[in-house]
Amino acid sequence: MKYVDEFRDPAKAKALAADITRLVARIPRARRRPLQIMEVCGGHTHAIFRYGIQQMLPEEVEFVHGPGCPVCVLPMGRVDDCVALAERPDVIFTTFGDAMRVPGSRKSLLKAKADGADVRMVYSPLDALALALKNPDREVVFFGLGFETTMPSSAMTLIQARAQGVRNFSLFCNHTTIIPTIKAMLDSPELQLDGFLGPGHVSMVIGTRPYAFIAGHYRRPITIAGFEPLDVLQSTWMVLKQLAEGRCEVENQYGRIVPENGNARALAAIAEVFELREFFEWRGLGSIDHSGVRIRPAYAAYDAEKKFHMPNVRIADPKSCQCGEVLKGVIKPHECKVFGSACTPETPLGSLMVSTEGACAAYYNYGRVEGLARV
Amino acid sequence: MCLGIPGRIVQVIDAAEQLAMVEVAGIRRPVNISFICDDLRPPEACVGDWVLVHVGFAMSRIDADEAARTLAVLQEMEDMQSELEAMRASAEP
Ligand code: SF4
Repeated sequence: MKYVDEFRDPAKAKALAADITRLVARIPRARRRPLQIMEVCGGHTHAIFRYGIQQMLPEEVEFVHGPGCPVCVLPMGRVDDCVALAERPDVIFTTFGDAMRVPGSRKSLLKAKADGADVRMVYSPLDALALALKNPDREVVFFGLGFETTMPSSAMTLIQARAQGVRNFSLFCNHTTIIPTIKAMLDSPELQLDGFLGPGHVSMVIGTRPYAFIAGHYRRPITIAGFEPLDVLQSTWMVLKQLAEGRCEVENQYGRIVPENGNARALAAIAEVFELREFFEWRGLGSIDHSGVRIRPAYAAYDAEKKFHMPNVRIADPKSCQCGEVLKGVIKPHECKVFGSACTPETPLGSLMVSTEGACAAYYNYGRVEGLARV
Repeated sequence: MCLGIPGRIVQVIDAAEQLAMVEVAGIRRPVNISFICDDLRPPEACVGDWVLVHVGFAMSRIDADEAARTLAVLQEMEDMQSELEAMRASAEP
């Protein structure tokens, strides 16, 4: 496993961490307040906790865990819509397993299933489409969520459904789009971000060019990062190096996966099927302009929101939940009043506790990390 | 769901549908390869390639080293186990 070890080498990690400390000394701003670097992607959040990367860094550098875990940002009202659909006797409701435990205001999909609704976990939207072909007398609805990483798959599945003339299949589209989301983070007065670790797999689809506005208009550095512990550490080093040298650029640490132009065919499928929504509702963050997509009129026959009546009610998060403040980096997960008491991975109150990529679950699971830091 | 799982294309199932059999951590399942094929790389030319699979679609071609590294990271994540579970469940006829 030579190649694996290379990305885990504790000596390399220590050298990088030492170099980071030297870099930070050259950034005057770091003397007044900690530098805040947002990792946008939940995969990075997971890696940071799993390997104890925060603990390897000097106090002047803080990770802010961004909104890049699509399960974690599902608002309650949307879960309620899913449950309402799933409870229709004519519907087979299909979803990725990740979304099963997200709490709605009445119940989660898992509870709805236990109560008799026909909810099925699928691995791929293609499996949901196959289910529709096998059950011509039922309506199969697929719950599509995720950023540009999963968006092309939903798009291609609808393209196939239309080509095959399938009539009993539809998509409940909750896909979100990364660029307006990052823009909202940059515009938020509560946040003072100094730089970003860019999402690796989203960028594999969209490429590195769409991030140019972060460096240009907002004058912040961003490095697209891989998921190995040393990837994350090296990418952090790259962001800090830019800050120390007074540069703001889009850099790509994950060039082995992320091409500058992204994946043309995946982007074409997205453009064929989806268009931007005016706004989209996020758990804890409220409404963000243009941050979600919907299905184009040409594919209306496959749009669950057109096909079925949805309750579509906006439900405020429970008062005790502080997911929004965690998402914006205003507080750390353990500072939430219900962290570890009313809200645990087994009985999540907020969705940041649901997915292993959510900041609260990661914090809870790896609170006592034996990470790379102490190897 | 968000992290790709490395797999190797072992056989083309349907060239017109751009469907291939991919072996992922010992599990075989059909995967759509339309996002990584083009005129220069028709489906038949993809057999043997390592790819990153997201929810049933090959999203990127990778090399064997990258595949090994990615698998090692994923092996340590709970999510990987549930993804593989989902994949295994769906691979059965
Ligand atoms: S502990 Fe629970 S309620 Fe509090 S922020 Fe985290 S997920 Fe939300």
